[in-house]
Amino acid sequence: MAQTLFDKLWERHRVCDAGDGYDLIAIDRLLLHERTGGVALKSLQESGYKVRDPSRVFAIMDHIVSFRAGRGRNDARSPGGETFITETRSMAQAAGIHLIDTDDPNQGIVHVVAPEQGIALPGLSLVCPDSHTCSLGALGALAWGIGSSEAEHAMVTGVLRMQKPKQMRIQIDGALPVGTSAKDVALYLIARHGAGGGQRCAIEFCGSAVEALDVEARLTLCNMAVEFAAFTAVIAPDRKILDYLSGRPFAPNDKTGIPAEWRDLKTDSDAAFAYEIVLNAADIQPQMSWGTSPEESAPLGTEIPTDARSQALDYMGLEPGQVLNNLQIDGAFIGSCTNGRLSDLQAAAKVLEGRRVADGVRAVCVPGSQNVRAEAEKLGIDRVFKQAGFEWGEPGCAMCFYAGGETFAPGARVVSSTNRNFEGRQGPGVRTHLTSPAIVAACAVAGKICAPADLPVPQKEPV
Amino acid sequence: MPRPLTVHNGLAAAIMRDNIDTDQIIPSREMKAVSRDGLSDGLFAGWRYTEPGGREPTSDFILNRPEQADTSILISGENFGCGSSREHAAWALAEYGIRVIIAKSFGEIFHGNCLRNGILPISLPPEEVDKLAAIDGAVISVDLPEQSVECRQLPGWNATFEIGDYPKRLLSEGLEPIALTLTDKAKIERFFERDSERRPWLYSAA
Repeated sequence: MAQTLFDKLWERHRVCDAGDGYDLIAIDRLLLHERTGGVALKSLQESGYKVRDPSRVFAIMDHIVSFRAGRGRNDARSPGGETFITETRSMAQAAGIHLIDTDDPNQGIVHVVAPEQGIALPGLSLVCPDSHTCSLGALGALAWGIGSSEAEHAMVTGVLRMQKPKQMRIQIDGALPVGTSAKDVALYLIARHGAGGGQRCAIEFCGSAVEALDVEARLTLCNMAVEFAAFTAVIAPDRKILDYLSGRPFAPNDKTGIPAEWRDLKTDSDAAFAYEIVLNAADIQPQMSWGTSPEESAPLGTEIPTDARSQALDYMGLEPGQVLNNLQIDGAFIGSCTNGRLSDLQAAAKVLEGRRVADGVRAVCVPGSQNVRAEAEKLGIDRVFKQAGFEWGEPGCAMCFYAGGETFAPGARVVSSTNRNFEGRQGPGVRTHLTSPAIVAACAVAGKICAPADLPVPQKEPV
Repeated sequence: MPRPLTVHNGLAAAIMRDNIDTDQIIPSREMKAVSRDGLSDGLFAGWRYTEPGGREPTSDFILNRPEQADTSILISGENFGCGSSREHAAWALAEYGIRVIIAKSFGEIFHGNCLRNGILPISLPPEEVDKLAAIDGAVISVDLPEQSVECRQLPGWNATFEIGDYPKRLLSEGLEPIALTLTDKAKIERFFERDSERRPWLYSAA
């Protein structure tokens, strides 16, 4: 019987039929962070259960860590946040699981670190008490976000009790217009089909436009699947993925070679999906959100719908029919598990080269991991950001979400390379516009919403 | 261990927006300790209080109305509980006293988190949800074994909902999921043994 990629991943991890339409699904690797993983470790400690196989569990500090340059080992970015770091650290050590601590040279956002370290791999089942775990499906993994109780369950038992989700294929063919990125594809999809459009399905992204995306862009696309109400997303692994993973610390090494079971990780030609969406890449223009759900997004330069939700417009300080372009901004943020990888920073740096952030704009760039940061610094990208007037932060989730403490002012308009424009997400009253890193950079320079092409040609720096 | 839930009669409050995310249910700034407890004060903090971090109630938020003090049922729109996986949203709701949420649809991770914390998430067709939401101070009775919903103000009206046997038992018997799964421990260990032969590289990875 013809199988989808997801069918194959599911079947290979299916331990048994658990009755009532549920299966026990084996979990290959489990990721934790200090914000929601700490409480899972604590509950495990209190219950007296043991971690079944500590070598498969990875705790990574990212959510609450300070992003200030030169941060200390326990420094949090919100008052009282230290306890999440110190408690998670001591419980991770006691449980004997892998710990990528705040001062580890491989530290970073869990969904950036997992591919970098080869923790996420094709064919693996991976869970994390974090909704953006779906990012890792970009490598051909069965990866999804769970709650803290389920993380505890998976640590103790090695499995999760799961109902197999329905499946959706999203085929995107053709070439993306110049200046359009994976982030634009995601926002376009969500705007077109709604934030509930994924209908709890396991989504497979395919088509020539998806194949043409590099590994990091695929991670961006799959990252946003949860904003589409998908169970998760997956992309069939190809040569690009294998090349990317070669030599990563937790990946199969030269001695073991490429595992045989990676070879048929693709959907059979006549396999069936419950739902199909077909997009034409050439139709997708650079996007920006205008409301307080990612579905409230539109191509940059177009009008806000006349029937837009008034709650969203009131919060955002906007009117129906308005065009975002030329609206003054107060802040710009580049980073996050969506767009905090090297290629994202490169795309922004290309815009920032020889330019300066406008007066009155606070611009912050936080690389997704220490490795991204080191690579960027080797290439001189940090200098481009700093010379332009961006703050250059220490890796972590940083300003993607507000956890208390200091942030942009209430009412501030912020362009952000992140994934959620929810009310208060970046701080009480903060008005978030989601977009791609290149557009964030352009807006920071102009001090107002615009596209990179709208910027005047930069003055050459005197030699 | 959550309190078992079989039949529940309670006062409902409708918050009729689509896509109410878990950041609204409990803002991250209200997560102050590595703990499942003490979160109900932060429930809907952004809408419930006049100032971020403050505790002075707003006048217009439904749960602040004196007549809604005993609310134990929420009614909402599409995709309720989307966004962050934080189980703190379910913990905050449960601690506040919410036992049932009736919505047009739910965020996937939040839905699972509710079931594990003694909250029954019920999806009903949009027109039925709208009917209930239109009633001020609706008193609703939910029968989990019968999978049915009734409303005191709508005599003769009745809706049924879908729920599998496992989540039903989770709620009505207060099952302990880990202990239940460990009854299949032999099967699980056999799977991993076979798997270690099939994928030895995974078992020898650093």
